[in-house]
Amino acid sequence: MTRRLLDLGFQALALLILLLALGSLAALIADVWADGASRLSWSFLTGFPSRRAADAGIYHALSGSVFVILVTGALAVPIGVASAIYLEEYGRRNFLSRIIEINITNLAAVPSIIYGLLGLGLFVRAMDMGRSVMAGASTLALLVLPVVILATREALRAVPSSIREGSYALGATKWQTIWFQVLPVALPGILTGMILALSRAIGETAPLISIGALTFVAFAPDSIWSPFTVLPIQIFNWVSRPQVEFQANAAAGILVLLSLLLTMNAAAIWLRDRYQKKLS
Amino acid sequence: MKRFEFVIEWALLLCALLSIGTTAGIIVVLAVETFAFLREVPITDFLFGTEWTPLFATPSFGVLPLVAGTILVSAIAMAVALPMGLLSAIYLSEYAPRGVRRAIKPILEILAGVPTVVYGYFALLFVTPILQQFIPGLAGFNALGPGIVMGIMILPLVSSLSEDAMQGVPRGLREGAYALGATRMQTSLRVVLPAAFSGITAAFILAASRAIGETMIVAIAAGQQPRLTANPLVPVETMTAYIVQVSLGDTPQGTLEYRTIFAVGMLLFLGTFGLNLVSAWLRERYREEYT
Repeated sequence: MTRRLLDLGFQALALLILLLALGSLAALIADVWADGASRLSWSFLTGFPSRRAADAGIYHALSGSVFVILVTGALAVPIGVASAIYLEEYGRRNFLSRIIEINITNLAAVPSIIYGLLGLGLFVRAMDMGRSVMAGASTLALLVLPVVILATREALRAVPSSIREGSYALGATKWQTIWFQVLPVALPGILTGMILALSRAIGETAPLISIGALTFVAFAPDSIWSPFTVLPIQIFNWVSRPQVEFQANAAAGILVLLSLLLTMNAAAIWLRDRYQKKLS
Repeated sequence: MKRFEFVIEWALLLCALLSIGTTAGIIVVLAVETFAFLREVPITDFLFGTEWTPLFATPSFGVLPLVAGTILVSAIAMAVALPMGLLSAIYLSEYAPRGVRRAIKPILEILAGVPTVVYGYFALLFVTPILQQFIPGLAGFNALGPGIVMGIMILPLVSSLSEDAMQGVPRGLREGAYALGATRMQTSLRVVLPAAFSGITAAFILAASRAIGETMIVAIAAGQQPRLTANPLVPVETMTAYIVQVSLGDTPQGTLEYRTIFAVGMLLFLGTFGLNLVSAWLRERYREEYT
């Protein structure tokens, strides 16, 4: 009998701990909402930075974030998908692709600030891009590349081999098979991976700080060579100030960032569900 | 036609090789600046010095205070994430009905996807003020608050990887235990857990590596005072927070101060890289055990 009670107690403890973890997410959102909801307004979204907290907005940071993410996607997605196609469809069992695979797993676990130092040394200094959108996006592209590659490989692996064999039987070459048959089927999976990669990139702060993206940029970037700031850096800047008014701005910025992320994740989940239905 | 196929294959390979190039790039960039740094500061002073004051007029470059700060915050994070993550994993893998699991896992994924700058805000303005009500001597910037929040941040990683490892344990082992009259708790703790041991260890090590490399939470909430201490109540500075601190100032290229962030980065890279390799090796091992 005591054994059963012990088992029940253990189950209750485990569930309690799990709920505690989930509860901390609720606490986080409630806290940020309580601090920042009153600052949310149209003028907050369209305003520029200001020395007075009540006048400050996030237009420059939000447009910077969107711009950087678009360029990041344009760089990381084609390269990542191409890498995945090579690993999955061409070099399946050779030594080189094994090395590349191990390397990608390792890269996925390298701290993001190390990518920032790479970006600083390589893009900002050696390639002389300066502290531009291009330098930031290139850095983030390298950072999310493993995510794109892993998701694309999974999507390619889920394509039934009968589709490939049917295509070969009709006389198609390998590339024709991949381009016209395999990729269209894998597309929803690839898109899901892309969205997840970009939602990782949009929340990154540390690598962009270390390449020197600055907080006092008061304009929206107008070309890939302009200096920029992003929403997380603006939030960091406001959090670091002692005045409560600026911290409220940070909370409002967090609300915008979180809703952006939530939208992207919802899109990814929607795509995933659609995809699963189609294959089964 | 043949030629086109050939070109395509090489182009794809070139893209795949970019990931090798990234690793090489990281090592080269860090190594070049680190060697330049070590030409001016003896390596023993750097690794074993107990004072880190690179911005002072008479600078001193002992990295130990930064290492101590990093280990202190990571240890607190692990003390939170390990037991909680493991218990969550046991519940999800061994107890939870399928519906509950399907409802909870996406929420854990959201927890893992919250940007770290948001966790920093949470640590500084929510967790630390609450802790201050219970712990009178707690400074506004400290290792405890960010450590706990970092633990919450890596909890989903610990939980989902441990759960994967437990799911990999064959059903037969569990059924054998049940047939001998064991309860679910006994089965989980004495059969499933030991059988999944290498996978769970791999999860813990990967989580430790994530904690060591985590930047924004500590940059916001732990303070910027390099200090050789094991006291979680006072401000400390981690390796990552130092890199952020220097990056925020306008440091001219080629100065010793500029090079310090690469030297610290090199140490950080080697540490996390070593942990990642051990973790990958352990995961490989548990995959072999049951296939």
